[in-house]
Amino acid sequence: MTVVPSIKRDYITKLASEGKRIDGRSFNQYRPIEIKTKVVNKAEGSARVKIGKTQVLVGIKMSLGEPFADSPNMGVLSTAAELIPLASPDFEAGPPREDAIELARVVDRGVRESEVVDVEKLVITPGEKVWIVFIDIHILDYDGNLFDAASLGALAALSTTVVPAKRFEAELPEGYPKEDYPLPMAEPPISCTTVKINDYVLFDPCFDEEIIADARLTVATDNHGDIRAMQKGLSGSFTQEEIQKVIKGALDNGQEIRKQLNHSTGK
Amino acid sequence: MKSDIELINSEGKRLDGRGPEDLRKIKIEAGVLHRADGSCYLEWGGNKVLVAVYGPREALPRHTQNPLRAIVQARYNMAAFSVEDRKRPGPDRRSVEISKVISEALEKVILVEQFPRATVNVNIEVLDAEAGTRCAGLTAAGVALVDAGIPLRDIPVACAAGKIGGKVVLDLGKEEDNFGDADLPIAIAPRTGEVLLLQMDGHFTFDEFNHAFDLAVKGCHTVSELQKEAIITKYQTVAEEVQE
Amino acid sequence: MPTKERQIVIPGQMLGTTSANRAGRGTFIEKGKIYAERLGVLNMQDKFIHIIALKGRYDPVVGDMVIGVVEEAATSNWMVDINAPYPALLHVNEVPWEIEFADTEKYLNTGDTILAKVLSVDESKKLQVTLNDRNLFKLKGGHIIEFEPSLYRRIIGKKFSMIEIIQKYSRCRIKVGKNGRIWIDGEADGIEKVLQAIATIESEAISYGLTSRIEGLLKKDTKDVR
Repeated sequence: MTVVPSIKRDYITKLASEGKRIDGRSFNQYRPIEIKTKVVNKAEGSARVKIGKTQVLVGIKMSLGEPFADSPNMGVLSTAAELIPLASPDFEAGPPREDAIELARVVDRGVRESEVVDVEKLVITPGEKVWIVFIDIHILDYDGNLFDAASLGALAALSTTVVPAKRFEAELPEGYPKEDYPLPMAEPPISCTTVKINDYVLFDPCFDEEIIADARLTVATDNHGDIRAMQKGLSGSFTQEEIQKVIKGALDNGQEIRKQLNHSTGK
Repeated sequence: MKSDIELINSEGKRLDGRGPEDLRKIKIEAGVLHRADGSCYLEWGGNKVLVAVYGPREALPRHTQNPLRAIVQARYNMAAFSVEDRKRPGPDRRSVEISKVISEALEKVILVEQFPRATVNVNIEVLDAEAGTRCAGLTAAGVALVDAGIPLRDIPVACAAGKIGGKVVLDLGKEEDNFGDADLPIAIAPRTGEVLLLQMDGHFTFDEFNHAFDLAVKGCHTVSELQKEAIITKYQTVAEEVQE
Repeated sequence: MPTKERQIVIPGQMLGTTSANRAGRGTFIEKGKIYAERLGVLNMQDKFIHIIALKGRYDPVVGDMVIGVVEEAATSNWMVDINAPYPALLHVNEVPWEIEFADTEKYLNTGDTILAKVLSVDESKKLQVTLNDRNLFKLKGGHIIEFEPSLYRRIIGKKFSMIEIIQKYSRCRIKVGKNGRIWIDGEADGIEKVLQAIATIESEAISYGLTSRIEGLLKKDTKDVR
């Protein structure tokens, strides 16, 4: 594990006390975001998202399978994240560690609970056959804020996903469409992440800010201005007032990011 | 597996329009990741691979260290979405084997004796797969090693030849890989011609093997020029900056 | 082959023969021929061939001034990350303080930054650094950034001219480690100015007259301050 020089920690904290950040941004400001869709031919949908120097690739694969016993009228969404050693000198090969699992679950919740994918439309024969949508998150280059990059990547990839009905033609019942069609999607919620360093709350943390952060808070908001998912992380704490501030900032940033997402997915 | 598809016609034209000795389209870009010590993005036909090199750095845990030289740890990994039917994430027997033969191939060209107790990590991620991923991965690894500034005797490069419809051809594509008669991926050190990796499956006569081998070596040299071009493109402007 | 031109070389490229040339840093010999072993710029002076690396890990040389970050404190030494492939050992005898057994953490602890000198590099690349010199010390305050070690000479400039100019206009104290680390101490806008200058040096395509161009950049910014 890379040791963080105390000097860096002190410098970032000192700058924050003057209202500044090491890369010159304001506390609420994001780094430039770049979204490119349809980057993997073999995937049913895919997107590469860059936030500053952080790069994430998300691919969607679909197949047919059985629904869960407790939800026979719903398709299955399955999200997995890999912190592959390609992306950082500190990521190791092997089964997903808790960081990767938390990341996948937060993205999963953002997608699932917001009902951005209508899982009822993924049912072919209730209780028997449904579409399974696999969301696989590949981290390529790590410079902080994987939460936002991964969920934005997942949404962009889902937005361009084409249901491979033709490939599964033989397994689909009579009367079911046999031509490929776009995955039905609702308006996506946008997740915005902050970290707290001392008493300062910073949006879209870069790596240097993230590794010295005391606490982290992710808020996903929809286009009606409502909150759709939240996750607090790390051992530091937030006050209610700070949380309200984060929600407000997440709404503002979320609007901007949603515009960019819709633009890049052609909506 | 046999099929009725005619993989190559009487005029020597292949399904994707290539002639017997044509490579698929190749695109190479060096230095694409900020966190890695060296990196390379490579497209080869429908293959897309990304390679990051880390090191040389101290090998940990300590018992993996060699007191006299660096160890080379390549990790070939296929993204879950890189193939037709989703692949379960993580290593399977196939990727472990490929990782091993690539590690061994790279070790031969890295000047490992300069870095006792160290490791060089080569992470190969296949993002989109369409026949020939190990050659694409090893070729990209060669460029990423140079980009990382690692001392090398040569820049390793790989290419395959094979047999389809009874004819020896260069660089098998998707259907050719599935329905062809033989596949021969090799990697060489282009300066000396030393063979660093060689695998073969299918069925060759002695003469066919020699023909395929020559063709694969020729392919390696063509790809080697593309590797050099990618490195020089990336560093030409930088070279002009270096100290007065 | 012209010597002035900045020719880029890549591993395995033949540069000369042992009968006509002498092989230096960044090259290797095979069957009487001299080859490049790494990506770099060819430097040929008289018959001497060597390569100025463009990329790569810091390769420690005895006497180099480096900026290290303490990884851990043990009972009679510290392990220090100096950006090389291996951590360096700092022994209690190599610091200017009297240290009682197992009291190392009181003086230097994990995360502390030091300006040190490479004391020894043995055959198996075991590294030692020292703080026993009046110019060496523990760094306090300021900011620390990293750069590609091969750019060291460009950043300090000819006879330190570049770094002197940057110090003058930014009113910062600056220490440049050969291992690709810079420590900057001063007011926040001064530090910002240094970061700007370093970023410019890293990205500028042409090195001729770079020092005066950096001076121009720094001057422009200081106008309003005065």
